[in-house]
Amino acid sequence: MSLLLEPSPEQIREEQLYRQMGITENEFSMIENILGRTPNYTETGIFSVMWSEHCSYKNSKPVLKKFPVTGEKVLQGPGEGAGIVDIGDGQAVVFKIESHNHPSAIEPYQGAATGVGGIIRDVFSMGARPIALLNSLRFGELGSKKVNYLFEEVVAGIAGYGNCIGIPTVGGEIQFDPSYEGNPLVNAMCVGLINHEDIKKGQAKGIGNTVMYAGAKTGRDGIHGATFASEELNDQSDEKRPAVQVGDPFMEKLLLEACLEAIQCDALVGIQDMGAAGLTSSAAEMASKGGSGIAMNLDLVPQRETGMTPYEMMLSESQERMLLIIEKGREEEIERIFAKYELEAKAIGTVTDDKLLHVTHKGETAAVIPVDALAEDAPVYHKTSKVPVYFTEFQDMALEKPVVNDLQETLKELLAQPTIASKEWVYSQYDHMVQTNTVVAPGSDAAVLRIRGTKKALAMTTDCNSRYLYLDPETGGRIAVAEAARNIVCSGGTPLAITDCLNFGSPENPEIFWQLEKAAEGMIAACLALNAPVIGGNVSLYNETNGTAIYPTPVIGMVGLIEDTSYITTQHFKENGDLIYLIGSAKPEFGGSELQKLINGDISGKAPELDLGIEKERMEELSKAIRKGLVASAHDLAEGGLAVALAECTFGTEGMGASVTLQGEAVTELFSETQSRYLVSVSREKKEAFEAEVQAVQIGEVTGNGRLLVTGDDKKHWIDAQVSELKEIWKGAIPCLLKSKA
Amino acid sequence: MKFAVIVFPGSNCDADLYCAVKDELGEEAEYVWHAEEDLSGFDAILLPGGFSYGDYLRSGSIARFSSIMKEVKKAAEEGKPVLGICNGFQILLEAGLLPGAMKVNEGLKFSCRHSELIVLNNQTMFSTAYEKEEKISIPIAHGEGNYYCDEETLKELKAGERIVFTYGDNPNGSIEDIAGIVNEKGNVLGMMPHPERAVDAILGSADGLKLFQSIVKNWRETYVTAS
Repeated sequence: MSLLLEPSPEQIREEQLYRQMGITENEFSMIENILGRTPNYTETGIFSVMWSEHCSYKNSKPVLKKFPVTGEKVLQGPGEGAGIVDIGDGQAVVFKIESHNHPSAIEPYQGAATGVGGIIRDVFSMGARPIALLNSLRFGELGSKKVNYLFEEVVAGIAGYGNCIGIPTVGGEIQFDPSYEGNPLVNAMCVGLINHEDIKKGQAKGIGNTVMYAGAKTGRDGIHGATFASEELNDQSDEKRPAVQVGDPFMEKLLLEACLEAIQCDALVGIQDMGAAGLTSSAAEMASKGGSGIAMNLDLVPQRETGMTPYEMMLSESQERMLLIIEKGREEEIERIFAKYELEAKAIGTVTDDKLLHVTHKGETAAVIPVDALAEDAPVYHKTSKVPVYFTEFQDMALEKPVVNDLQETLKELLAQPTIASKEWVYSQYDHMVQTNTVVAPGSDAAVLRIRGTKKALAMTTDCNSRYLYLDPETGGRIAVAEAARNIVCSGGTPLAITDCLNFGSPENPEIFWQLEKAAEGMIAACLALNAPVIGGNVSLYNETNGTAIYPTPVIGMVGLIEDTSYITTQHFKENGDLIYLIGSAKPEFGGSELQKLINGDISGKAPELDLGIEKERMEELSKAIRKGLVASAHDLAEGGLAVALAECTFGTEGMGASVTLQGEAVTELFSETQSRYLVSVSREKKEAFEAEVQAVQIGEVTGNGRLLVTGDDKKHWIDAQVSELKEIWKGAIPCLLKSKA
Repeated sequence: MKFAVIVFPGSNCDADLYCAVKDELGEEAEYVWHAEEDLSGFDAILLPGGFSYGDYLRSGSIARFSSIMKEVKKAAEEGKPVLGICNGFQILLEAGLLPGAMKVNEGLKFSCRHSELIVLNNQTMFSTAYEKEEKISIPIAHGEGNYYCDEETLKELKAGERIVFTYGDNPNGSIEDIAGIVNEKGNVLGMMPHPERAVDAILGSADGLKLFQSIVKNWRETYVTAS
């Protein structure tokens, strides 16, 4: 739109044009009050993105502020590009997870790719070198043309970006469920490593300092991306494809190296990436955090296209751009660093003391807005919440055990469920080894990366079983955090902190808001009990298609510290003759279980219970035993229960098998998803030492005959299968579903 | 022995190679930016993997115009060991230092995993530490690693015993399972698998270390012992 055709302030007001940008009538009068006049078109656009849920958390703030965000090791909590946790020796780990759901729903390759690109920038803008990527994905049921397309393209987009930039994609999780049919979730997490002295912040300090723009030129892509991300999807959403950005991982690789070099230069005062709401948010937030203002001249902004208006430039979400604050007079040093990488770093403005974002274009003032009004003073809404009818019904339901006719066939069917099946088809497309630190590659409980030059390693995982959350968001929220911690503990680590990505439906719906509140309550309880503060994250609301919301999905990204690489443990059985132990006994809990979904076609009833006291106790015991070198393998019981976990443990080395005997009722023992349980193998000579540390029941031993044999206390062989056959089913399920394109 | 690790815009295995040489092999290594114009101080040249120039146009096709490539050619002519890994191999092909071309993997997807290689020729300066026909585990990570050459070239490669490594489980459709080849003189090796990712057992394999050890041993025998 040319400048001349832009509506006047009066038109915006009278024709209520602000409503198309997601601003309410009430919010518009707030804006008029702040400015003391009616905003022009550019200013209206700026307010609309900065006050969108995506940027301002206006609906989720009352929930977010309850999260525990501090801890003795936390160096940086929420509010910056990413959170930072101390890991000793002057080093720290930097990480954050972020959603790119809506873009991925309509343009899956670029949506996913730019999700990865954005989270990487958040991490290196703190001064850290990114060392790992993870992702948490949700799709509808595989097999339909649309879902297969979204799944294949999202994976390709993640691979395309991560592989090219040279950061290993080491882990993640994928769940398939009809609730994500029209609204897939793509959450990307990045982990970085930093020396304490290199930590940088996104602050505009020092009146008179220079504001520099670095990286890709500004184009018209992604305009109103943040606004688009803050509304529900519908049949017309495909028309919003221009709001999806296009990624260039090569550009970002250059930008990454240049920024890390620039960070070593003491002329750099502050740095922030231009993510959602681009130039607008980076400038307003940096000034607000620095207690300053920023004056910038848009004529100096490198532009990819001609004739761009201030509105377009301020709202563009073109990728691979950074905003730097540089000590006045030292711009040339920064220019030289970027020039080596054939990038432009250009002075576009100055830090001022008037706390205003002052934008000029072709000699005219295009916008003047108080920075705090944009970054801090967005309205906060206390949404009403209401207990959903379904929840009360589920809570009142009697315990119902799914009817299983053939135990062994059921195990095979469970192994073929895409949520359980091997994700090799996915992770083999990701370079998970580059940077040569990946000790435990995708496919075990958590990914593990060594830290060069130290004995230490980092364990990392993403987790969330949203079926439990749907049935009971509070319990499900606790389970999500606990499960992530179990994965860290099984790998030999201790949880450091979490980052979360709260994916929910529309907060305008009181039942959805109730889900958000309750899930947060559960997460908070677990974070406190397991000593894992929340150091950052992202909220993605409005995940609905044509009025149907996704399951509440607060994805937990957790990083743990492994103090010595000798503690690193994986899930696979190691030696013929090792003893197999089960920690925790089964109760008949099937609500939200993979078995219930398989047999009944849907989920209902109560989520499995979780006692955080027991959870913590077992974690501590197991962790101690691992650190004493008493454990050969460890795996937590998750979807599909003990039977699936047992099978997975045999899938490591060829020829491994297991023979176990279980006491109790077959379906419960094999498939219940009772929480806080582990399957552990221990070499014979460590039997006594292990039993002295851990309350566990020996259920059998590892065999070398390639057979999985489970005998009941009724002496019947509940399962007697060749591991090779089970493994083939498990490995082949996803490729098979992709081939059968409907 | 002093190794140059060439860094092109978009190289991303440069640090891995550097660490493999310095930390695991215990030799000297230095990064050399692609715009440099002198390699005279180095005994061996390493072209790392990655996505030089984003693989735009065609993998390796832009990097071959970097000014350092003239020097790489000169080093190759002088008989210095030149090793191109993954994208480095692709660049060597585009630069004409090795024959043939790369196509997209047969499966049309990027593939990252441990791969079994067979040492076909253990008489090159890159492979003497291996046994002939030795099976080694070296990771692959590429989308365009489907090596192709015409029949005549293939005949030459075979006759000259220039196929150094083949795949035990061809992951990409390469002709005759070719994973790595040398030039006629035997001092330029290009390979898709990543030996620098297999230099420490904690990462799953240390089978790649012998490749680097071969380079050092043969260089010492030629240049140090002889002089």
